[in-house]
Amino acid sequence: MTRPDITPRKGFLAENPSVSWFLGCLGLFTLGVTVLSQGFGPALLSTSMVKILGMTLCLCLIAVAMDVVWGYCGILSLGHFAFFGIGGYAIGMWLMYARTEGIVVESLANAPIPPTQAETRDAIATQIFGVVGSNELPALWAFAHSLPLQLVMVALVPGLLALVFGWLAFRSRVTGVYLSILTQAMTLALSLYLFQNDTGLRGNNGLSGLQNIPGLLHLPQSTIALWFFWASALALGLGYLLFAWLVSGKFGSVIRAIRDNEARVRFLGYHVESYKLLVFTLTAIVSGLAGALYYPQAGIINPAEIAPIASIYLAVWVAIGGRGRLYGAVIGAAVVSLASSWFTGGGAPDVNLGFYTINWTDWWLVLLGLGFVAVTLFFPRGISGLFDMLVRKP
Amino acid sequence: MTTLLEVSGVSVTFDGFRAINNLSIQIGEPELRAVIGPNGAGKTTFMDIVTGKTRPDEGRVIWGEKSVSLLGMSESAIARAGIGRKFQKPTVFEEQTVRENLAMALRNKRGPFDVLFHKRSRKGAARIAELAEEIGLRDHLPRRAGALSHGQKQWLEIGMLLAQDPRLLLVDEPAAGMTPAEREHTTDILKRAAKTHAVMVIEHDMEFIRRLGCKVTVLHEGAVLAEGSLDHVTQNKEVIDVYLGR
Repeated sequence: MTRPDITPRKGFLAENPSVSWFLGCLGLFTLGVTVLSQGFGPALLSTSMVKILGMTLCLCLIAVAMDVVWGYCGILSLGHFAFFGIGGYAIGMWLMYARTEGIVVESLANAPIPPTQAETRDAIATQIFGVVGSNELPALWAFAHSLPLQLVMVALVPGLLALVFGWLAFRSRVTGVYLSILTQAMTLALSLYLFQNDTGLRGNNGLSGLQNIPGLLHLPQSTIALWFFWASALALGLGYLLFAWLVSGKFGSVIRAIRDNEARVRFLGYHVESYKLLVFTLTAIVSGLAGALYYPQAGIINPAEIAPIASIYLAVWVAIGGRGRLYGAVIGAAVVSLASSWFTGGGAPDVNLGFYTINWTDWWLVLLGLGFVAVTLFFPRGISGLFDMLVRKP
Repeated sequence: MTTLLEVSGVSVTFDGFRAINNLSIQIGEPELRAVIGPNGAGKTTFMDIVTGKTRPDEGRVIWGEKSVSLLGMSESAIARAGIGRKFQKPTVFEEQTVRENLAMALRNKRGPFDVLFHKRSRKGAARIAELAEEIGLRDHLPRRAGALSHGQKQWLEIGMLLAQDPRLLLVDEPAAGMTPAEREHTTDILKRAAKTHAVMVIEHDMEFIRRLGCKVTVLHEGAVLAEGSLDHVTQNKEVIDVYLGR
């Protein structure tokens, strides 16, 4: 009566050729950057350029997470940069504490009486918090002395925040633009809170000197930059694999169904809120990890990093790159953020029109806005949608 | 036959309009039941109440041997308890393939982690193939559901309902947009399902209902007007006045 399903069981990678392609390209890119920066010296690929590329890879990773939560699950979160920033703060606390500890221990080494542990701790606190007029180590910094504990915080704090926020929002069936506004409010509230001097994270000074890695101070920045670049590439590769696996199977099918018609999914017996919560939380954790790799390369983090606009940019990258295909998010994040640093970093020459000079630092946002409108109007599938035209000719 | 679903004294008001007015209705397992009534009689609202989409103002909805009240349960919990629904307007996931649509509906564990670590089994694949055969979409499994014709989407949704293997099937206008031959096939499927399940069919087409050959409940203004065989209700004076006479 029926024929058994004859589709052979294929492996995950065989069923998703784009994953292998992506990992191959990422590997080649990493190799290329390594060879160019090491083989030919800083003349060809400067240390700061390696850092920018490493940071871009971190931005690509959070963009992939954003694509999963928005492009696949239909939750337009405009707050994922908050999780990115929290990850950065969490690792920044250890970086600052451990480096300051090194400086304090060194300067007290010549003291006639060896300092007690409490004295060392006070000296560290004064060093770090003198700038906001405090000399006490806040309770928030209880784990800052320990790298493993702070690494746990990198994942745990964004995860918990997302879990609680998501549980409250999804349980009340807040969807669409209302949810977007709530996530904006979340990141804005967090940013404003951190701007205050007495929150224990140095107010608008933020955490700085993060490029100096304790224990590796004897190494030149060019080496450290390359190491972080590798770590970022590895994180992007693993994150991409994780998310590609997540969205490929039946789980991916269910979250895409939630995106298209969540009420109908409920009538099939799926508890929609649990799925959304899982996706929201998991992507928040990955965003935190991406932030923890990004800020040691940036060297500084302050509350402006998690201003609402940052999360909106994230959505713009994914929209420009093309939603619902993962590599689209990578393309969008890479193209737009690199273009952004080129235009605003003085890379692009001013255009003299005679009566007016276009200074790209000021006009970049206009260009980005026009680009966004153009993509929305003419390529609703984003840049990566152009691949479809090349591959599938009717 | 034991009572599977018992709805008693249910009323619901939308902005002052009484859509359901002290409605009581029962269905056993197994049983095939047709529900008819003019537009606005409350047929779809009744299904909304049973499936948890609409909360009634008063009344009771009792389910199963353990007499569980469905009123406090979420839509997904009610679906997991064993109530499946086919909507009047076919609602399938158009961006996904026929196979994916059926796989999602297939009776399996529904928790996010169960689904995440779900392994496609030979048994599941065989069941999908069997269902696809039954609904005439065997050659369309890899196609996008959005590319199907209206009639095929109807079939797909019936297939998804069967894939869920619920104890109670609520079927809203299954024959709309179907050819006579397809209608005949639909009645066959429903009658077969009703041998082991409770099946409740909303339909306007009298010929379709005659072919089902089952007990008929006539709704009017949110309440039961008459109940019995088709011949019995069609001879009822009130039914003729409100519905058939016109």
